[in-house]
Amino acid sequence: MIKLLGEYLILLYEIFKRPDKGPVFRRQLLVEFIGLGVDSIGIVAIISVFTGAIVAIQTATNIDSPLIPLMMVGFTTRQMMVLEFSPTMISLILAGKVGSRIASEIGTMRVTEQIDALRVMGVNPANYLILPKITVSMLFNPVLIVFSIVLGLWGGLIACVVTGLVATPDYIAGLRGWFDPFTITYAMIKTVVFAFIIASVSGFLGFTVEGGSVEVGRASTKAVVASSILIIFFDLILTQLLLV
Amino acid sequence: MILVENICKTFGENQVLENVSTRFEKGKTNLIIGQSGSGKTVLMKCCIGLIEPNQGVISFDNRPFSSVSERSKRSIRKEMGVLFQGGALFDSMNVEQNVMFPLNMFTEMSLDEKLDRVNFCLKRVNLINVNHLYPSEISGGMMKRVAIARAISNSPKYLFCDEPNSGLDPKTAEVIDQLISEITEEYNITTVVNTHDMNSVLQIGQSINFLYKGKLWWTGDKHSILNTDNQELKDFVFSTELTRRLRK
Repeated sequence: MIKLLGEYLILLYEIFKRPDKGPVFRRQLLVEFIGLGVDSIGIVAIISVFTGAIVAIQTATNIDSPLIPLMMVGFTTRQMMVLEFSPTMISLILAGKVGSRIASEIGTMRVTEQIDALRVMGVNPANYLILPKITVSMLFNPVLIVFSIVLGLWGGLIACVVTGLVATPDYIAGLRGWFDPFTITYAMIKTVVFAFIIASVSGFLGFTVEGGSVEVGRASTKAVVASSILIIFFDLILTQLLLV
Repeated sequence: MILVENICKTFGENQVLENVSTRFEKGKTNLIIGQSGSGKTVLMKCCIGLIEPNQGVISFDNRPFSSVSERSKRSIRKEMGVLFQGGALFDSMNVEQNVMFPLNMFTEMSLDEKLDRVNFCLKRVNLINVNHLYPSEISGGMMKRVAIARAISNSPKYLFCDEPNSGLDPKTAEVIDQLISEITEEYNITTVVNTHDMNSVLQIGQSINFLYKGKLWWTGDKHSILNTDNQELKDFVFSTELTRRLRK
């Protein structure tokens, strides 16, 4: 475990060196921006709308006491989406989608000698392959999470309107009530940390593959499992540090 | 010229290279031959810096390459072209982008200049109108030729080819061999070819290094190899029915 951590830190040192060529790095950023960012919008949108709708319906159907105002449905949906569902759940989804993609892409490059080809050309392969992925993930995942929060709240509203469980003014009043702007900051901090975990851990596991296609598959699975566990672990730490 | 002096390499208990010393001459096609497991791939990987030898020195035109910093290695690596066994073309790039890659990384050429150079290199390896095809869309022989074009695009001083004929039919293999030989003489570069294909040995072997059980067992050229008295080399050279019949 310590050896693995040491190898991970050494790889991070290689990754965060100055890129060999600025224009090439910017082109790579654009490629990853589409592959890791834009291509994830669809799944994030679908999951967010449904999650928001489910949270709203669950909350509305579980409020039994007449003393609790129905605006609590909007309030709860907002708090759930901002504090946990969007930053953590969407990051877990991205760990599956983006993490496995990164690990299998880099792992395949390793077993087909493409990484060796980069190295013998005098290119720093860790920097060339992984830094753009980390950069794009850390820049674009917060955008995805904001998008997810907004869509989740819309999903909640649509569910309220369609089911008739909560009136729209009540739901919107709940969304606006007792808003603490720090919750957004908290969500963004978590998202950036999780994005770094997903890209760097998956990149590391892909980069260190040895063998053939079976090992690439294993690395891809490991990347999802390791990223997911680390996301939950750091979620706990960050919640303790930032909210308690 | 590449000088290899007393190279030793072990993996655990297994000694793969034992005091290997040789020189790869400029303007010549230098071959490393030997059976599978004889250490020829490890020797080549030591030469291109993918494996660090336990002992010994490798120098490129009197510039040390082994046991030096990564930065020093990178300056020499920029003068290398390497043809990997499977081609190692970048899947995400088309043929043109693959060949242009070293130019993008290490030159300040304009796009037009780079395109001219790419087309020149592709034409040199007899590939026309394939610029926009991806590696998955071309044959094994074409992949090797694209890989050669990429290797020579940045005008290297040293060309390394790891089993350039593996997986190719005899006719295509001959074309690749001929191409490597022509490029070596045309650009006066130091070429090292790792092979166990006897056709290649007899066709382009201007300087041959035979490795046996991790040791340099014999050196010579394509003319002297057929008349060797070395038993291990004879066993290797005349291991096929075809070569035995030819000898008779």
